[in-house]
Amino acid sequence: MSLRKRVVDLYKNLYHMGKEYPGGSKWFHDRLKLAFSKNKNVEDPTQIEQLIGRGEFVVKEIEALYSLRKYRAMKQRYYDKEDEITAATQKFEESVKKL
Amino acid sequence: MKILVGVKRVVDYAVKIRVKPDRSGVVTEGVQHSMNPFDEIALEEAVKLKEKKLATEVVAFSLGGPKSQEVLRTALAKGADKAIHVQVSDEEASKLESFHVAKTLKKIVESEKFDAVFLGKQAIDDDSSQTAPILAGLLDWPQALYASKVEEGGDGHMKVKIPFVLSADLRLNEPRYATLPNIMKAKKKPLKAIPIKDLGVDIKPQTETIEVTEPPVRQAGGFVEDVAGLVAKLKEKGFVKA
Repeated sequence: MSLRKRVVDLYKNLYHMGKEYPGGSKWFHDRLKLAFSKNKNVEDPTQIEQLIGRGEFVVKEIEALYSLRKYRAMKQRYYDKEDEITAATQKFEESVKKL
Repeated sequence: MKILVGVKRVVDYAVKIRVKPDRSGVVTEGVQHSMNPFDEIALEEAVKLKEKKLATEVVAFSLGGPKSQEVLRTALAKGADKAIHVQVSDEEASKLESFHVAKTLKKIVESEKFDAVFLGKQAIDDDSSQTAPILAGLLDWPQALYASKVEEGGDGHMKVKIPFVLSADLRLNEPRYATLPNIMKAKKKPLKAIPIKDLGVDIKPQTETIEVTEPPVRQAGGFVEDVAGLVAKLKEKGFVKA
């Protein structure tokens, strides 16, 4: 895949993920655009590679954020006994950290 | 092993639920919907089993109005191979009960020869937790409810023989996110729509909704002037001995 295609895909992917951003999609999309346009003049392939890597890291972070947010909401709503699930939460949070 | 996974389209967990002014139900028009979070967990488990080659095929199922196809597409994006949408009108969908869903699932399981059915332990809209046990009863299959771990031949707390019905607990796994490329690929996966009439399942409501109301609002707290006032209040409420 060409670098150009990868950058475009990354942008599309981030845009898609920003649609359900808790703070509002606009906040996310504005910042996303800014981040990409800031680096629009970068031409060095290794540097572009690095920036793509950073973007992919952000994708993983957002995925983790969304799943943790949903997990917490479910836990709060349906599980009264805190201690019973603390272990499960810890396990989950550790796995999120690894991402 | 062929696994059927039931997924329900519900009002998104992050949405603040509002009751309709005429108290006939909750507002669903123009409200964000998504897949029931517990069904996501059931689906994730089935897809994981397929990735471990313990399952051959994962099929997503939904009984509901036309928009139920959205959650089926999400299920396909998350790794299901095929999807089956049993169609009812939105009007009928709002009156569906666990019993109707279980009867429909039974028909599908029998006609398509599934070996296991995975469901969420409950849906976050009606919270009834009934579909899995009713289905197990109708099929006369063993059931593993509120599963927090699934192992093949493991020394678990409970063993079930195939075929079986499973309902997924929150602790079971961490569902994956439907990525954009997978969503695009999912558009090409087969989604079969079957009108409920063709299955011959009677969905006449057995319950009648009298009234839906908001939970009582929490009473606002009061302020006290000083320590003496606080102590007096506490004594008045009986929290400290007089």
